[in-house]
Amino acid sequence: MLEFRKDIFADERDDSLVEIGQPTARQDILGHVTGTSPYYDDHRFANLLHLKILRSPHAHARIRSIDDSVAARAPGVKRIIRAADVPVNLNTLLSLIQFGKDDEPSLASDVVRYKGEPILGIVATSERAALEALALVRVSYDQLPAVLDVEEAIKAGAPSVNATYPKNTFEYYGKYDHQKLRFGDVEAGFRQADIVIEDRYQMSPIEHAPTETNGSITVPDTNGRYIVYTSTQALFFSLDTAAKINAVQSNQLHFIGGTVGGGFGGKVDTLTEPLCILAARLTGAPVRYRLSRHEEMQFGSPRGAERIYVKDGLAKDGRIVARSVRAYFDSGAYTRLSSYAVVKCVAHIPGPYTIPNVHADVYCVFTNRTPATAMRGFGVTALDFALECQMDKGAVAVGMDPLEFRMLNMYRDGDMKAHRREAKNCALIECAQVAAEKANWPLRDEFRRMSSRQGGSHERAGVADRSRTPQLASAAKPAPSTPPSPVPQRVAYERPTPAAPTRTAPPSPPPRSAPPSPAASPAGSTHGAPRFSSVFGTRRR
Amino acid sequence: MKTPIQFHLNGEAVATFVESGANLLDTLRETVGDLSVKGGCWQGTCGTCTVLIDGVPRLSCVTLAEACAGKSVETTAGLRRGADLHPLQQAFMDRFAAQCGYCTPGMLMAAKALLDRNPNPTRAEVIDALCGNICRCTGYEPIIQAVMDVAGSDNRRRA
Amino acid sequence: MTVTIKTFDRLADAANALSSERGAHFFGGGTLIMRAINEADPSVQTIIRSTDPALQHISVSSGRVELGAGVTMAAILAERELAFLHPVARAVGGPAVREAATVGGNLFANSPYGDFAAALLALDATAQFAGGFGQRELPLEEFLGRRDRGTSLVSSVAFRRPPTDVFRFHKVTRVHPKGISVLSISAQLPVASGRIAGARIAYNAMGQTPLRAKAAERALEGRPLDAAGIAPALAVAADGTAPVDDAIASAWWRREILPVYLRRLLLGAVHT
Ligand SMILES: Cc1cc2nc3c(=O)[nH]c(=O)nc-3n(C[C@H](O)[C@H](O)[C@H](O)COP(=O)(O)OP(=O)(O)OC[C@H]3O[C@@H](n4cnc5c(N)ncnc54)[C@H](O)[C@@H]3O)c2cc1C
Ligand code: FES
Ligand code: FES
Repeated sequence: MLEFRKDIFADERDDSLVEIGQPTARQDILGHVTGTSPYYDDHRFANLLHLKILRSPHAHARIRSIDDSVAARAPGVKRIIRAADVPVNLNTLLSLIQFGKDDEPSLASDVVRYKGEPILGIVATSERAALEALALVRVSYDQLPAVLDVEEAIKAGAPSVNATYPKNTFEYYGKYDHQKLRFGDVEAGFRQADIVIEDRYQMSPIEHAPTETNGSITVPDTNGRYIVYTSTQALFFSLDTAAKINAVQSNQLHFIGGTVGGGFGGKVDTLTEPLCILAARLTGAPVRYRLSRHEEMQFGSPRGAERIYVKDGLAKDGRIVARSVRAYFDSGAYTRLSSYAVVKCVAHIPGPYTIPNVHADVYCVFTNRTPATAMRGFGVTALDFALECQMDKGAVAVGMDPLEFRMLNMYRDGDMKAHRREAKNCALIECAQVAAEKANWPLRDEFRRMSSRQGGSHERAGVADRSRTPQLASAAKPAPSTPPSPVPQRVAYERPTPAAPTRTAPPSPPPRSAPPSPAASPAGSTHGAPRFSSVFGTRRR
Repeated sequence: MKTPIQFHLNGEAVATFVESGANLLDTLRETVGDLSVKGGCWQGTCGTCTVLIDGVPRLSCVTLAEACAGKSVETTAGLRRGADLHPLQQAFMDRFAAQCGYCTPGMLMAAKALLDRNPNPTRAEVIDALCGNICRCTGYEPIIQAVMDVAGSDNRRRA
Repeated sequence: MTVTIKTFDRLADAANALSSERGAHFFGGGTLIMRAINEADPSVQTIIRSTDPALQHISVSSGRVELGAGVTMAAILAERELAFLHPVARAVGGPAVREAATVGGNLFANSPYGDFAAALLALDATAQFAGGFGQRELPLEEFLGRRDRGTSLVSSVAFRRPPTDVFRFHKVTRVHPKGISVLSISAQLPVASGRIAGARIAYNAMGQTPLRAKAAERALEGRPLDAAGIAPALAVAADGTAPVDDAIASAWWRREILPVYLRRLLLGAVHT
């Protein structure tokens, strides 16, 4: 079970921890086991109305006409909500932080861009009445060619999915169609490599499938205010989004939430609140908008599907000397949060490894699929899957044990990362050591003695260390400050038993003279891309 | 059209009217007011709405309410006896077997159905008893552990 | 508009109502039909129920088994005489589904459901109908072929009880212990002097309805159940099947793995 290894980094840690390491009951668990925790749908209101949504049966189609006249007269129907009723129909979630352009309608009016896209709402006295009325709405469509593949979508002549971004790529800083990472000279790195391996990794969309589906109840209050009970996992984010779409002040909305029946990222998109509030405003009555399980699966946004190409240049001794990543994030028909996922992905390349030459181009692409969103580590999880598969293949290619191959390349304190930030407090080598020990995975002595606090340097990534050796900045040819360690040429590799006798030392750290410095550039100033900065700082989901 | 029905809910007699075709889940929540029963799919696939009818586990969302006339229905709201928790409730707390808590009422009822019939189940029997209930948070292991804890203890006969 | 529910004491009256009303459906255990009601499916307007005890009847004699259409999977699991069918009944949903799911309803369940119906097919069962008009009894295969056309009320199913150890079942799922069929295979494998005589093999989820593997049955005739003996049957395992792509598996995958599992079933490597 839980175990604290106080021997590791003992000198760095304050050992007076009181809470950490101690089991603590969650504060809401008594409510959970007695069935009394107040989820949004556990609030009861007299004369509650129900909102149900007509959804597109097509992945891409022009709406020629909508006839809801029969539905409007159906029993129990109180109100039909059309695109024209939505005060601010076009929105993008991250407009709250001025990131991206409004590209997604609450209700589609002219074109539907994915199967499940909302077109029209019916508010009725019961869910059944609303569903029966929905079946009476007649929509005629002209089907349009749909594009469902990220690389097809960015080819010339591909159908344009999203009117705001006609080229099917999200626009960064108003002009770039992708995010870049540049560090060192990746082509030179590949030329210098003994082995080059390349592969393609394809993810599928993953539905969060929370046991409680997305939903909300809006109740008119006094003074033009509305109380909104919601399943959102991002209360204030949803409040501001709902206020924008309804063109009301945020202080007119009182959001009550916090008890969420599972979210995992699937309840940040504010899927139900804006129209639920609108329905309550238009009818003056309390309204519930609750997704069915089918809607949750089809219309509820999933984790996006990424396609990732990874190309690695390896030295025979196991060092990764170059890594190039090209990735396409399938945002679906609208932006939601995939634009941000791309930023996170680029921030995570090349993984926790010190590599002197790194190159990445990552695209946020629109297709006629359900818009994708946040899910537990989105942007990073898929990339890690690709990179770690690639690491296993790399280990085979150089004939090394997969864990030792990773350890050889792992960040150490003082290394320069591809984003030109110094690596600090890297405990990964130690984690690997403990994991190997727990799994009875034999590591050779040198790897068992390896430390994340030794051997790290900017030079390991081919960058001169200005803070430590300022004179290098003007030196045409940097001189090694330590003699390069001998690099053994190991081509065959068998996993030794723990008691294995003498072995050649692993090549750690690699000599800093090994990777080529970029030709005519003053070290440290133009090496790599301009300093990477995340638009979101340390924001996390 | 509304049909009058009577049944027992957690030992108490209930008389109410149900809409024709109403399922037991909606009837318990909307008409009777027992909010301890949760709905997650309304199609029999998630187990969240599990209740006991005459002692056996049933999915209330796919149970016709009027077919429950004269039967005895048990829900999580009836597990607790005053201030005392049912041993399963305590074990779920001790084992951290609820995270978002939404699957918990269904899990508790599925587990109770098993233990009422078989006080000393094997791990495999516990897994089989819970296999119709989806939990998206815990990864199931804490829930299995919690049920095993109660299965092994003597005090569960108390309630 | 709400659904109209009509409950009848006598099965014959229920059968008459079922055949005379438009949009009428019989209510078995409700595990499938109730979803349609919850979703306001416009094709479900009237629900016919029956409290006739004949629906719950189970009779097992030495030669013959008869199961009322309202017998649930849980009731089969509680019946020791039906031990050979326990692996099939246990494979239908989780415990709460099994308490409700009926034999009759399983005959109408669309692929990938229908594991129990496929087992009945391998048992050469017949379906009996309640009510005054039309056929009183049909071989299951014929019934399944025309099931989506009529609204007759199935009252029971009957079949010859197989000798001990002759019936085998295996279900392939993605999650365990409960899971919807990628496919399932039921088989009656009578052996006379070391050779198969009159095999019956049925698949679920290899077509719109459960279906017989007639090519494989023929290829097994007179052959021993060993690797060489079953090879011709494996070669034609997927003949006549028409699996579909669904959320559980693609048609291609179903066809690919079918011979693998049929082989294991025939060699006795799986027997649950
Ligand atoms: C979570 C879940 C898991 C499931 N897993 C499986 C599985 O693993 N394998 C499997 O085979 N099935 C599975 N099912 C499907 C279903 O539960 C079973 O097929 C069950 O046997 C259907 O029976 P029922 O009595 O509930 O049918 P109902 O829902 O009552 O009826 C289904 C259909 O059959 C008709 N019908 C029922 N009885 C009769 C009759 N006597 N005469 C004429 N028409 C009749 C009804 O009108 C309706 O159209 C699952 C269902 C769920 C919800
Ligand atoms: S709500 Fe009943 S099984 Fe999901
Ligand atoms: S605790 Fe959240 S689904 Fe089980």
